[in-house]
Parts: sequence; structure tokens; C-alpha cells
Amino acid sequence: MTTTKKSSVSVGDALPELKLPPIDRATLALFAGASGDHNPIHIDLDFARRAGMNDVFAHGMLGMAWVGRLVTAWQPQSKLRRFDVRFGAITHLGNAPVLNGKVLEVLEQDGETRARVQIEMRNHYGESKIQGEALVALD
Amino acid sequence: MIDRSWIGQELPAVSMTLERGRLRFFAKAIGETDPVYTDVEAAKRAGYADLPAPPTFLFGAELDGGILDRLLADLKVPIAKILHGEQGFTYYRPACAGETITVQSRIADIFDKKNGALEFIVKTSEARNAAGERVAELRSVIVVRN
Repeated sequence: MTTTKKSSVSVGDALPELKLPPIDRATLALFAGASGDHNPIHIDLDFARRAGMNDVFAHGMLGMAWVGRLVTAWQPQSKLRRFDVRFGAITHLGNAPVLNGKVLEVLEQDGETRARVQIEMRNHYGESKIQGEALVALD
Repeated sequence: MIDRSWIGQELPAVSMTLERGRLRFFAKAIGETDPVYTDVEAAKRAGYADLPAPPTFLFGAELDGGILDRLLADLKVPIAKILHGEQGFTYYRPACAGETITVQSRIADIFDKKNGALEFIVKTSEARNAAGERVAELRSVIVVRN
């Protein structure tokens, strides 16, 4: 069921864009420690090369955390009901992430008005890295 | 090929106590500047009991607890071969500093594509607080590059 009232959020609304600085090794090291993901492929160049990669690369969950920032900067986290992403491509060192979101639908679900939001992270070349959706309560 | 008899296997539950210092470290690592995530008073003004765990933080509970390492060892998958394919969260209530969250997972599915060149491990998890209330559900798809 789609509704057009009860909220100032409308289909087609864009979330404020989030632009981030180029990814560096220090950020990956900090995220490894803070997140608990110690997979050396993200922080140890020698390991990454042995695994067939040219270099270390960003944790998928670092990108998802940035997408989370995009959403919670728009609506408080207490309103977040679902958050799903697909990691479409590896995000490399030096990539400067650009994050965007757009309201796809405003719907009634489980007794509240919710927005279904399309979210995407691209790099500074416009290459899509992460695609997904969030479901956010508007009441 | 990963032994498909692992499908349905329950993994050991793991508990993680949310600490303010760790949550601030996580906020720093992801460049989060909203004071709700670092300033207890700001968090309380926003209606949280304490600093809230950011939306993706609970993914780390099983990493901290060594559950993913053990899973890969059991399935005979080298960590160098995995990529994160998909991740999903369904949220039921906030998880804040001071709470102990228990995460329990099961292997929901294992399948392959491209004649086995890529295998996919689907893991679903439930996160509950100390009162046994459901905090979140997680769904992870791990891709194995064979």
C-alpha cells in the first residue's frame, strides 16, 4: 500500500550526498581493528599479493558502514528497520567514495509509515561498488 | 567443493559486551562525526540509553568471537579466497554501550555458480540482548573464489 500523506518524505526525494576522501591504508588498518575483521587481505600487502590481488582493498563492511552513515545522517538510526546491500565490485585504495540515496516508495508496513530507499556507493570515476536498499520508519 | 552437509549447521553462540571505547573507535574508523555515536549525553538526548552501536557494528561480534575463522576452517575454505557478496540487517531494537549481545548463526545455504568456480555460503544470524529480546537479524553471503 502506497501513501502520499503523513510525512514530508516523498517518492523521488534524494538523500544528502556523502562524499568521502580517497581510501588510504591507515583507514583500512583502523577499520580492521575497530570492526574485528582482521582478514590480512585488507591490511597486509604481501598476503594480498599471494592471494592474487594487486594490492590490499577496502573491507566490504567499511563501505556498508559508510552507506549506514548516509542513511543515519538523513533519518536517525532508531528509525532504521532494514538495511541490505550487495557488494558489486571491489573498492580499491585511492577510490574516493560518493554515496547517494533516493526514496523509491513510501508504504505502510507493520503499523507504521516507512520509506524504501535505494542506496548506492560509487567511486570518483562513477563506478558502482555497493548497491542496496534501506527501510526507514517515518512516523 | 564445500561439503553440502554443512547446510543447516548451527554455529556456536557468541556474546559481545558493547563498550563505549570500542564504539568510539568504530565511529572514528568509519569517519562518523554525528555526536550521537561518541558523546553519551548526545546519545541520551536522542533517546538512546547510551552510545548506540552503528547499523553495521554487530557484524563484528562473530569475528571477535572467532566464529568466522572456525567456520572457514571447518568448511576448509582459505580466508584468502573469500569475498563478501551480500549483507543484510533487520533491526528490532537498538543495541547500546553496556549491553551484552549474543549472536547465534546457522548455515542457511551453500551453492555454486559457474561450474563451481564460485561457491556461496549463506549465513543467517539472530542477535539478542541479555533479556533475550531480539535486537537484529543478520544475513551474510560469503563468496568463495575457487
